[in-house]
Amino acid sequence: MEMTIPQHNYLREPKGLKSWLLTTDHKRVAILYLISVTISFLVGGIFAMLIRLELIGPGADFMTADTYNKLFTLHGAVMIFLFLIPATPAVLGNFVLPLMIGARDVAFPRLNLASWYIYFFGSIFAVVSIYLGGVDTGWTFYTPYSTQSTTSVIPMTLGIFILGFSSIFTGLNFIVTVHKLRAPGMTWFQMPLMVWALYATAVIQVLATPVLAITLLLLILERLFNIGIFDPLMGGDPILFQHFFWFYSHPAVYIMILPGMGIISELISVFSHRKIFGYKFIAFSSLAIAFLGFLVWGHHMFVSGQSEFASMIFSLLTFLVAIPSGVKIFNWLATMYKGSITFETPMLYAFSFLVLFALGGLTGIFLGALATDVQLHDTYFVVAHFHYVMVGGAVMALMGGLHYWWPKMFGRMYNMFWSSVAAVIIFIGFNFTFFPQFLLGMKGMPRRYFLYQPQFQSLHDVSSMGAFFMGIGFVIAAIVLISSLFKGRIAGANPWGAATLEWTNATSPPSTHNFETTPEITHGPYDFDKVTNRST
Amino acid sequence: MDPTKAVLPPPGSTFAQSVDPLFNFLIIVAGIFLVIVISGVIIFSVRYRKRHGVAQLSAAPTHNTALEVTWILIPLVLVMIVFLWGFKGYLAMSVVPKDAMEVKVTAQKWFWSFDYPDGATSVNELVVPVGVPVKLLMSSKDVIHSFFVPSFRLKRDVLPNRYTIAWFKSTQVGEYNLFCAEYCGTKHSEMTGKVRVVTEREYNDWLASSAAAGEGIAPAEYGAKLFVSKACHTCHSVDGTPGNGPSLLNVYGHEVKLSDGSSVLADENYFRESILNPRAKVVIGYQPIMPTYQGLLKDKDIDALIAYLKTHSDMEKEPGE
Repeated sequence: MEMTIPQHNYLREPKGLKSWLLTTDHKRVAILYLISVTISFLVGGIFAMLIRLELIGPGADFMTADTYNKLFTLHGAVMIFLFLIPATPAVLGNFVLPLMIGARDVAFPRLNLASWYIYFFGSIFAVVSIYLGGVDTGWTFYTPYSTQSTTSVIPMTLGIFILGFSSIFTGLNFIVTVHKLRAPGMTWFQMPLMVWALYATAVIQVLATPVLAITLLLLILERLFNIGIFDPLMGGDPILFQHFFWFYSHPAVYIMILPGMGIISELISVFSHRKIFGYKFIAFSSLAIAFLGFLVWGHHMFVSGQSEFASMIFSLLTFLVAIPSGVKIFNWLATMYKGSITFETPMLYAFSFLVLFALGGLTGIFLGALATDVQLHDTYFVVAHFHYVMVGGAVMALMGGLHYWWPKMFGRMYNMFWSSVAAVIIFIGFNFTFFPQFLLGMKGMPRRYFLYQPQFQSLHDVSSMGAFFMGIGFVIAAIVLISSLFKGRIAGANPWGAATLEWTNATSPPSTHNFETTPEITHGPYDFDKVTNRST
Repeated sequence: MDPTKAVLPPPGSTFAQSVDPLFNFLIIVAGIFLVIVISGVIIFSVRYRKRHGVAQLSAAPTHNTALEVTWILIPLVLVMIVFLWGFKGYLAMSVVPKDAMEVKVTAQKWFWSFDYPDGATSVNELVVPVGVPVKLLMSSKDVIHSFFVPSFRLKRDVLPNRYTIAWFKSTQVGEYNLFCAEYCGTKHSEMTGKVRVVTEREYNDWLASSAAAGEGIAPAEYGAKLFVSKACHTCHSVDGTPGNGPSLLNVYGHEVKLSDGSSVLADENYFRESILNPRAKVVIGYQPIMPTYQGLLKDKDIDALIAYLKTHSDMEKEPGE
């Protein structure tokens, strides 16, 4: 039977730009977000390439120190606040969450659209800040440097303050959606693990983001009205800022990685054609991470001057949060055991995730241990660890998820060969970029250094070459995905033979209202033997 | 097995003796777990790849509580060992021996200065006798900096509103890198220096020569040395290139335009004021970022610096007229 793209789908109707800009359809909001975060990723990526270009040589090669300092600040701020935080929840989460639980939309569709407009509004401030010359404080905005810096700190922090609300709205929407809109008969333990992960993420978004908002607002007030909160010149305490900042920004790391873990649970199970191993342990480990993630912020401050007692407690709690991540990795491996594994592009990204996230997590142990953290803090080791978790973890999962749900989103399949080539190039390029940075850090190379000693050059050069290679991989992946929109073969409703509702009960692309009739829950999310509509 | 030798800088303090074995342990344990994950991925991918036309659904169990408990408990025990080990090393770094020699460390954009017990001072070079415990009483004059000596396995933030304390006991004579590890602005990456660990005798010689510094050489020549050793050159060139501060070529004896629109004749008193109270008269086009050198320079040093700067002016003979 020749497959066709269904006549009635959310992409085709209603028509017109206005219908897109005023849409309350969660799938269209997801597409709006997809376009926005892709632009942010491109901008942040260009900043990264310029940083790596400068670091090829130890001296001042292509730019001034001030330009370099702005570049790493903007790279961090754009990648974290404009890309990583919204990317997986607001793009893939928005698209699949209602579909996965058999709902017509999220609980508050207009709030969902408002979230995108707030994101857009907040990013305008970031662009204004860049236009006015950028910011040089580092994405962490540590005081009193940020109170005293003459760069455009206020537009940037105001932008991030505003962006926070879009994140809160998404989280709020997801929490209520999961509680109230599950299809009749879908119990909590019949929800796909992606939904558990998004739910845990949403809790963090709602509880942690206001603290960042308050912190940045206090910073802005201090700059504008000289109210002494953080700057000791005015009687403030700079360590207080670090406590506030990391109280949000550590949980924020889990906002970025938890939804990725949800994606990986889906991918490993679907492409191993085997029911997920240890469902409840994976589901509860997401909640455990969300909870424990709030109690470890002080591990960013072991050498800051906080009390030794506080450091001891934070170190202990940090090791506890490592356990649920380990549980997930072991369960994913156990899912592959005795499976029937196929190697489509999403699964290649899942493999990348397993290896890179494992190394990212293991190097986190080095940083959680007090004595070794003293050596590694604020060196390239931290930079490498962070990128292994955030790029090797969150971005690999996002890429895997994007390739997994792409045929559902657009109804067409991309070229499997070239997308696999891109995945392999990204994996290799990534390791060449960031593995040398572990060595740089152990050797004592501090981060945020414009100039460095010649002894570090060879490792920096390998890192830069790796970064350019990885960049090529992302470009190929983008070309493959975009060209599939025009000439990709028709994917059909369920090309992977997956068992969750978006594949078994909805067309590709889904109709505006998702399902013809409210889905009946006849099987669990990983009961592949019950799938009858496999389309290839 | 000792992988740390290849990746850590050569040890220079007693902390290395407790920190490096933990690094070793971590590298080995992390390596083992990474090998488990990678080989799991590879072996299962090969062994359980789809073999026939249609994926075979496995009847293998999808839950095993004993297994779950195992892979929770084993990592838990391991990380608790790492926690205690790391805490022990950190405690040692936090408890300063009573007999330690105290050096006052002052950090400011973008250099380090050190005040020794008997009144000697140095900039960007900490000189200590080998094997003597040294207590660092640290504070910053502007933003947060961080005192980082990789070979000593030592790092501590330096804050503007309070003292932070670190200590170390060197084990080997030598020169060790000192870095600022907390981002502090334009010249963060140039806020570096050396820790010079010397024998007791060399240390005493150094103290003596530092007390007698500048004796027996021409003031301008001594000024040239100070210009580098006191880190003036990080911001001021003497060849006309603008830096974070104005170049000091042809300044002496010339009119200088100030940021408030007025101008002033750069004579000896202007230089003296600019060194001791830099924000009183700021040159147009520059930020008031220079720290004061009050207490860091003796009168004799200031005289020498002015003499040195005069040699970089075509007006060297007579100002004004």
